[in-house]
Amino acid sequence: MHLLEIKDLGIIFGGLQALNDLHLVVDDKEIVGLIGPNGAGKTTVFNLLTGVYPPSGGAIRLEGNSIIGKKPFQINRIGIARTFQNIRLFKYMSVADNIKLAMNHNMKYNVVSGMLRLPSFWREERAIDKKARELLKIFDMEELADQMASSLPYGQQRKLEILRALASNPKLLLLDEPAAGMNPTETRDLMEVIRRIRDRFNVAILLIEHDMSLVMNVCERLYVLDYGNLIAAGTPEQIRTDEKVIAAYLGK
Amino acid sequence: MDFLKHIINGLGLGSIYALVALGYSMVYGIVQLINFAHGDIIMVGGYTLYVVMASLGLPLWVAVPASILLCALVGMIIERVAYQRLLVHNAARISLLITAMGVSIFLQNSFMLMFGSAPKHISVFPSQLIRLGSLEMDSSTAINIVVSVMMMAALQILVNKSKIGKAMKATSEDSGAAKLMGINTYKVIAFTFALGSAMAAVGAILYCNTYPQIKPDMGNLLGLKAFVAAVLGGIGSIPGAMLGGYILGVAESLTMAYISTTLTDAVVFGILILMLSVKPSGLMGKNRKEKV
Repeated sequence: MHLLEIKDLGIIFGGLQALNDLHLVVDDKEIVGLIGPNGAGKTTVFNLLTGVYPPSGGAIRLEGNSIIGKKPFQINRIGIARTFQNIRLFKYMSVADNIKLAMNHNMKYNVVSGMLRLPSFWREERAIDKKARELLKIFDMEELADQMASSLPYGQQRKLEILRALASNPKLLLLDEPAAGMNPTETRDLMEVIRRIRDRFNVAILLIEHDMSLVMNVCERLYVLDYGNLIAAGTPEQIRTDEKVIAAYLGK
Repeated sequence: MDFLKHIINGLGLGSIYALVALGYSMVYGIVQLINFAHGDIIMVGGYTLYVVMASLGLPLWVAVPASILLCALVGMIIERVAYQRLLVHNAARISLLITAMGVSIFLQNSFMLMFGSAPKHISVFPSQLIRLGSLEMDSSTAINIVVSVMMMAALQILVNKSKIGKAMKATSEDSGAAKLMGINTYKVIAFTFALGSAMAAVGAILYCNTYPQIKPDMGNLLGLKAFVAAVLGGIGSIPGAMLGGYILGVAESLTMAYISTTLTDAVVFGILILMLSVKPSGLMGKNRKEKV
């Protein structure tokens, strides 16, 4: 059984077929890339996977169970977490709070014990705080824990968004253009980070990216979209020499 | 000394505005809806007190929690019945606004049917004169100030420290991202309505303590003034709502004492107009860009 299995997935916006008959699978601990020119429908796939849009047709299964019709917060809880193309951190909260918020639904204490500061509240609050700081340590960001999220430099905000997604303990992590706006050094650093995340958290990663050096280096398999259609799938070597892909990117 | 007395009276009055303003501000912060039915929650709270104490003859310590719980429940029911479908389907804000007005008219008229339109007398605490040195104040003023400060401290802790409070903040900042981080925003919205309505119920108790009279349309002007307080302080901001409430109360009290009792409402709304032309985001409001 595949971790994620997408079959015949499609969505129509008004009269526009934004995505057509997509077939895609991701296995445990795989790093898979989703590439294609601008407007190909890549982010639409993420929005379908996370329940933001309902598909017009097709099936999405996580560990064999359909997730279609589930609400975004339910899908997050059963194991799909994501980052955004344009960073969407909670800017007015601290770095640690951003992470703790994504862990929230695993906490057991209720409003009353929170208000009254019962021991169970403190115990759990301490455990969560410790976990959040441990997560930050992975990216050497632990000394930033109490800063406002909006005060971090851009590259750190991207990393924080990835950590926030990881905090909800996903089986599948969706990264939407993680290298956008990064310089070559930061991008190289990011490749290392992506591999480290996979090994440490045992998650599968599906990522959208325009930076070909990153995609070709990190991804084990690639899917290529163009105008909502899947035009190629395979290993980076196969994709690099695929005529349809070259035509889609460069024109014929 | 007279001046100080008027300030304190104003703070007592402002406590009521502040508690009601919190509901407007919190709901607006979460769903960008101006809940015009919020003022009528005060009326529901007032009538609950009246029924429990005058009709059933039960003591105050039963009436107060009953009123708070019923108002919280009514707030949640209003959200569920009137607003939720509009919110889920991303209806235009104007539809929500009109619905809120409809709910307000519905509440006022159903209470008029049940209790008649004549005002009813209600007494909460017996009124006493308190002396602090040469300073005199009514016991209701002291109670108002103490209770409102306590409620607001509790609310601050709840919003800043508890997980539901943090979820409220996250939902208000970016509800789309909050959903995708596993936060059940529907629950957060329902909780916000319940919390805002519970605060309004406390406002209702303080109101009845100060002006021992209730009627079905009592929420109109009080709700409107509390809304002005919320806008003055910066709608969406909890400390702003409190500050706005106190400022309005003091302004009213000073106008009554030194200018004219008939001009209080003009001064209140004049302050709003002035504020909106100088700093439209309010005293403590964040100037946020509208998302496209």
